[in-house]
Amino acid sequence: MNIEQRRKERLDRGIKVRTDGLYALMSWRELSYLTLPRLVLIVGMLTLPFIMPSMYWQRVISIVCIYALLAMSFDFLAHFVGLVSLGGALFIGVGGYLAAIMNTYFGMPPLLTIPIATVVGAGICTLFLLPCLPLRGVYFAIVSLMYPLALARVIEALDILGGTDGIMGIESFGNRWVEQYFVILMVLLFLFGARRLVNLDIGLVFRAVKDNDQAVRASGMSITFYKAVAVFIASAMGCMGGASLVHIYMWSGISLLALDFSILPIAATVIGGAGTLVGPVLGCLILVPISELLRAFGTLRIVFYSLILVAFIVFRSEGIMVYGQRKYHQFERWVKI
Amino acid sequence: MDILIYGIINSIALALMALGFALVYGISRVPNFAHGALYVITGFITWSLLRTLGLNYLISIVLALIIIGVVSALIYQFALIRVRGMAISEIIASYAIGLAILEGLRWGGFKGTTYTLPVFIEGTINIGDVPVDLHRLLVVAIGGAVVILLWLFTHYTRIGLALRGMAQDERAVLMLGIDSDIMALVAMAAGGMLAGLAGIVLLPLGNIVVEKGYDVLIQAIAVCIVGGLGSWMGAVLAAFLIGFAQILTTVYLGSHFQMVVALLAIILTLILRPSGLFGKQKELEERV
Amino acid sequence: MSNQPILQVQEVTKAFGGVIAVNGVTFDIFEKEILGIIGPNGSGKTTLINCVTGFINVTSGKVLFRGKNITGRPAHKIADMGITRTFQIMRPYYSLPCYKNLVIPLFSPRAKRTGGWRGGGKLGDRDTVGIDILEEIGFERDSFVPYKIASTLPTGYLKRLELARCLALKPEIIICDEIFSGLSMSEIASMVPLIERLQMDGITLIMIEHRLRELFRVSNRILVLNFGEKVIEGTPEEVMADEKVKEVYFGSEKAEEVMSHA
Repeated sequence: MNIEQRRKERLDRGIKVRTDGLYALMSWRELSYLTLPRLVLIVGMLTLPFIMPSMYWQRVISIVCIYALLAMSFDFLAHFVGLVSLGGALFIGVGGYLAAIMNTYFGMPPLLTIPIATVVGAGICTLFLLPCLPLRGVYFAIVSLMYPLALARVIEALDILGGTDGIMGIESFGNRWVEQYFVILMVLLFLFGARRLVNLDIGLVFRAVKDNDQAVRASGMSITFYKAVAVFIASAMGCMGGASLVHIYMWSGISLLALDFSILPIAATVIGGAGTLVGPVLGCLILVPISELLRAFGTLRIVFYSLILVAFIVFRSEGIMVYGQRKYHQFERWVKI
Repeated sequence: MDILIYGIINSIALALMALGFALVYGISRVPNFAHGALYVITGFITWSLLRTLGLNYLISIVLALIIIGVVSALIYQFALIRVRGMAISEIIASYAIGLAILEGLRWGGFKGTTYTLPVFIEGTINIGDVPVDLHRLLVVAIGGAVVILLWLFTHYTRIGLALRGMAQDERAVLMLGIDSDIMALVAMAAGGMLAGLAGIVLLPLGNIVVEKGYDVLIQAIAVCIVGGLGSWMGAVLAAFLIGFAQILTTVYLGSHFQMVVALLAIILTLILRPSGLFGKQKELEERV
Repeated sequence: MSNQPILQVQEVTKAFGGVIAVNGVTFDIFEKEILGIIGPNGSGKTTLINCVTGFINVTSGKVLFRGKNITGRPAHKIADMGITRTFQIMRPYYSLPCYKNLVIPLFSPRAKRTGGWRGGGKLGDRDTVGIDILEEIGFERDSFVPYKIASTLPTGYLKRLELARCLALKPEIIICDEIFSGLSMSEIASMVPLIERLQMDGITLIMIEHRLRELFRVSNRILVLNFGEKVIEGTPEEVMADEKVKEVYFGSEKAEEVMSHA
């Protein structure tokens, strides 16, 4: 028997340890170790509209950002609160339709409709999902999967809100630079906001609900309440995306409740790195352009990212970002045993 | 009268759709979100065998069922087994597999009205003064037979008993020398075949369309939740409840609302009796 | 001990389908008392405290806390009143460091009201309060232990962490579900003074236990359960002398009958 007598050992890099606390301020090297990845992301996102070759691809950037918001909301719910939402389309749909109604029926400008749709839409989504929150397990996934489908049927059947044609003539952002920088800034805002949030005390409570909800109950806190708060935050991200989307497309219809919005964010999250919040954004930056390139193939792209999703979740569940973080913070070596 | 008869037929149909999901979830605790996809793809396999290869109807049905059993076993063996026990990954992986199958079919051109399976028996008879297709009566008969066979299988065969044991306590079953992975594989294959059987029996009543995959998945899940997840008899009884509710809404409101009825049924169940109508107390504890 | 019992359990019955797990158990517990609950495996001890703390609904019977009926209230409300519990299967928040584990109970409304263990109605920085509590319960502040991720800790520390989680709420009653089980003799030896100190600090304790020797040392009264029913209730001496208890634990002529039930 010739079993290799060694194993791989992972250790934190010295600089990672040095930059843990206040000592990070000691030298430029340490400071840049901390800030460089963040700066690369921020600057990269902000320059994206400039380096895109055409109007079409600039539009794609806006769509990437919408999906990124949705993917972050999925990642936040699934990996920090333990609720798997298969219905990102619900958030997009509710936010989108609300903004569309306010804009076309009441003539409000996007400046007003987007924030209102975000808050009110989040409230509505939370209310919708409230019945399944006290329970653990697959209930949330199932109910969130059903809502967008059922809502689409209701809109079709009752012919309300424009029926199958949708609501047309929605005001656009006016200027495509405004449009792009608005969504990019929103992604950055929600990204860093969410990353901050999960390390605050209330964020710890969310993670505790995921880890062990019984102990949270035994600590005198209502898990339903905290889950509802988390769903509110997550659906606010989604509704914000939906509201922006209808102003970008100047149209709101049943396709807001379509499957794309449910499955692509999940795929992006898994590929980008679950539980990192940056990963989903990265995943969207990769997946959405690919899906645009594949637009000619129709529904084959859904097949395409479903298969990628299965492959990643089954065989490589860590995702790009977790892998990247590990390489950045740690070094590996073989040790004899 | 017609509400009663079509209610019963619809309920049995729902029960057929739901049994496969209930079986897999009850035994291996894997929520098989690819259930609807298996239902639809069986229809297409049967259609292909029947029309393209020109096989006998009965032979194509049997072949299709065997194929779908193998496919589900493969899905389990190569994908789901690696994520078992991780709730998030289970849901996402099986859902993505289902999506891949369904959207792949759609892309492959399997849409439109050309894809229909012939009914088993032509003709209608009148019950009272309501005309009923013979095929629909056959659905009732097959549905009843499947429920009874499943009951006999799980109560009187060794594999069936092992499966029931596993549904109650997987670790205990492992201690008794039963390979729980193989049992889960068997359950998954059986669940797939049940989904396929439901597809073959029910699809001749209409076109084979991809959208049915989502409908079936959702209705199956609705039935299972209302009946109590993991409880097969609960699922059958819940199927009657939802079945009649759907027929009533179809008659008085329109068929678009069937999905809404399913959703409402789930939500009402979750609010009023989270363990499902016939769920066991023990499961409630695990969940709440 | 005052005359008014702090917690009264009256005729509590819990049936799972046809199986009656707890059958009409009645007991009172007074302030600053330690009540031990013993009984063979499956005698309904854990179910009983699940009923008391609202984690499962009782089939019939009443639970009164300071004379107020708390039967059927949700678990978090009962915990909010000051009845906390540890779990038999320890489930800390595995992904968090120990002191962050305490941030969660310190975030609760009750902790905000009371200021946490030793807090005078005002809650300071949660991290600091958490480390203070951990130190008091035996985690050395200057060692690395309170800062380690909870999943890397040995059982002894996890049991203490469970207790610390209860203390963070500044509870009135702590229900310990087998807090000694799985511990070495030396770990138990250091745990017993801790329990006694909690009693002196004015906390009422209910302890479910299999380690009889240590339990009899700390508790004021013992309640014996068998097949969901109360066998006897009394001081440790009375219980030790009782014939029925011996029968429950060591068997008798009726041992075969008991075994066939189990």
